[in-house]
Amino acid sequence: MELRGKKVIALGERDGVPGPAVAECAKRAGAEVVLTLTACYV
Amino acid sequence: MPVIRAVSLVLAHVPSLVRLGSKPLRVLREVEQPIEYLRPHLRDWNAARAYAPNQVFIGNVGVDELAARPTPWHRHPIAGAQRFGPDGEIMPEDEFLGLLATCDGFDLLALTGEVADRARSTLDAHPVVGRESGRPAVPAGVGTAVLNERIARHRAVPLVGVDGRLLGAMLPGHEEDDTLTGQVLLENLACKATAALALRHLLARPGAIAATDVRYVINCGEEAVGDRYQRGGGNVAKAVAEWAGCARATGSDVKAFCSGPMHALMLAGALVRSAMFDDVVVVAGGSLAKLGMKFQGHVKHAMPIVEDVLAGFAVHVARDDGVSPVLRLDAIGRHEVASGSAPLAVMKALYSEPLERVGLTLLDVDRFSLELHNPEATEPAGSGNVPLNNYRTLASLAVVEKLITREGIDDFVRTRGMPGFSPTQGHIASAIPYLGHARRGLTEGGLTRTMFAGKGSLFLGRMTQLPDGLSLVLERNGARPSTA
Amino acid sequence: MGLEDQAAVKRVADEHGSGVVVLLGTPDAESTQTLAQTVVAGDPSYAGPLAGVPLGLPVFHVFEPEVRDQVPIDVYEAQVALMEMSLDRDAILAGLREARRAAAATS
Repeated sequence: MELRGKKVIALGERDGVPGPAVAECAKRAGAEVVLTLTACYV
Repeated sequence: MPVIRAVSLVLAHVPSLVRLGSKPLRVLREVEQPIEYLRPHLRDWNAARAYAPNQVFIGNVGVDELAARPTPWHRHPIAGAQRFGPDGEIMPEDEFLGLLATCDGFDLLALTGEVADRARSTLDAHPVVGRESGRPAVPAGVGTAVLNERIARHRAVPLVGVDGRLLGAMLPGHEEDDTLTGQVLLENLACKATAALALRHLLARPGAIAATDVRYVINCGEEAVGDRYQRGGGNVAKAVAEWAGCARATGSDVKAFCSGPMHALMLAGALVRSAMFDDVVVVAGGSLAKLGMKFQGHVKHAMPIVEDVLAGFAVHVARDDGVSPVLRLDAIGRHEVASGSAPLAVMKALYSEPLERVGLTLLDVDRFSLELHNPEATEPAGSGNVPLNNYRTLASLAVVEKLITREGIDDFVRTRGMPGFSPTQGHIASAIPYLGHARRGLTEGGLTRTMFAGKGSLFLGRMTQLPDGLSLVLERNGARPSTA
Repeated sequence: MGLEDQAAVKRVADEHGSGVVVLLGTPDAESTQTLAQTVVAGDPSYAGPLAGVPLGLPVFHVFEPEVRDQVPIDVYEAQVALMEMSLDRDAILAGLREARRAAAATS
C-alpha cells in the first residue's frame, strides 16, 4: 500500500499514538489527511 | 516554597445512580426497567467498602500491598475493611442522598419521607458532616404522590433504588433551559456534594485550620455549572466553600479536562508563594456522568459494575511549616502549545525537562503518580490497562534518556509505578489518588521525592487537537539544601 | 470507537469516495482489532452508525513496517518511536491481522 496520494483517516488514541501524530506521519509520507481523531476511553 | 499541609480523598457509594451515568442512560434507553437489568451487577455497600482499590483510595491499604494482593480484586474482598481511613471515607448511599439534599439550596431534589428520615438520623451523627458541622439540615421528605406528579408533569428525574423503589426526584431548574435539566443539575449537585464532603474531611484533621481561615478555594471538578447563556459559567468553588462554612473564602473554578487538578495545585502554590493568601484549598467533586461508563464490559464478563462510586478530594496548600511536603514551583512540567501531540515531545515536557531544570533525572524520583484508573474497570471493556501503558511509556522515556536499558523497563514500572486503583472518575483518577499516600510517605515514610502528572484530553471538546498536561514534584521538606 | 466518531468516519468516507485509507494509532491488540473491524466490516457492537455498514476501508497501523518505511525517519522517531518501544507491537499487529482475516472470510 502506498500512502502517497491517498486520503487518510487518522484514528489515534490518547494512550497510544495520538491522532495528530498519526496524521503527521501520513502527511509526511505524501498522503492527504481528511480526518484526525484521538480517542480517550477514560 | 508552598507545602501540601493536608489531603482528603472520599468516595460515595451510589449504586442507584449508576443508571443515570451517561453510558447506561444512553445504552439502556430502550430498556423499560433499567434498574432490573443492572441489579445483578450492582454491589452493596459492604462489597464496595471491602473492595481493595477503594481501601487504597481512602488510605487504609498501601499501593504495594495492593500490587501483592490476589486478583481479580472484586473476588478477594478485604476482611474487616473499614468505612473510614486516614484520607477519608466510603459513604453509603442512604447517607449520601441526604448529603445531596443538604447541598441543594433551591429545593429541587426531593427525597421520600422514609429516605429523608433515615438519611437525617445517620448523617446527623456523622463525625465529620454531622449536625454540629454547621451544614444545612436534611430537608423533610415529600410524599410519593407529589414526587410522581413532579416526574409526570414537571420533567423531574426519578431516583430509583436498586430494589426498584422510588427514592426521590430531581426537578429541572428551569422549564426550558437545556443546561438546567434535572439530569444536569443532579450531576452538578453530586459534584458539589462530594467536593464538600472532602473539604469537611480536610478541615476535620487534627491540627487543621479553622474553616474561616480558608481564604481561597479552587475547584477543578469537570462539571459545567451555568445556564443557557453561559454553559460553564461556574463557580462550584464558591458553592462548596459556602456549604463547608468557609465564610471568609472566595474562589473560582479551574478547568483543563483531567489535568485541571494539576493546574489548580500549581495555581494554589503560586497564590501562597506570592503571599496573596496563606491558606488555599483545592477541591474537586466526582462525575456522575462517568458512573457505569464501562458497565457493558462488566455485564459481559459477569462481574460487578465497579464504577459505582463518586469520588472527591481536597488539598490544603499552605506556607512552609518545616514539616509538610514541599510543592516545588521551580519544577513544574508544562505541556506547552509547541509541545504538540508527538508522544516524545509531550513526555519530555512533562517529565525530563522540569527535572533537568533543577538538576535531577527520572531516577531521582521515588514514585510517579500518573493515570491511576483501575484496570479492573477498563480491561473488561477493551480499554486496556491505562496506568500500565502510561508507566511503560515513562520507562521508555528513561531508555531514550539512557538512564536505564530496555531490559530495565519492567523493573522501572514495578518499583516507581503502582497498580491503578482509582474509580474512572476522570480528573480525580488522573494522579490525584496517590496524594494521601505520598504525603504520608514524604513525612513519616521513606520517600524523598514524588512526581504527579495529569493528562487532559482537550481534543474531546473539539476546540483544539492538542492534549494538555502538567506535572508537579512533591518533595520531603528539607530534602534539598536550599528550599527558598 | 465511540459512536460520535463512527458518524464522522462514515461521513468522511462517503464524502471522499475512493482512495480513503484508515491509519491507526491504537495502543493494544483488542482496540486495534475492534477499530479495524469497525471500519472494514461494520460496528461489531451493533450500537453505532457503522452497525451493519461495511465501509471496506483499507486499514493499517502506524507500527506496520510498510507504513514506517514510507515516513521520513526523523518524523517517525519524533511522532511514533517512543510508543512503539513502550507498547506491545507484536500483539497490536496480530490484532490487525486477525481483523483482516475475519474481514476476508466474510466478504
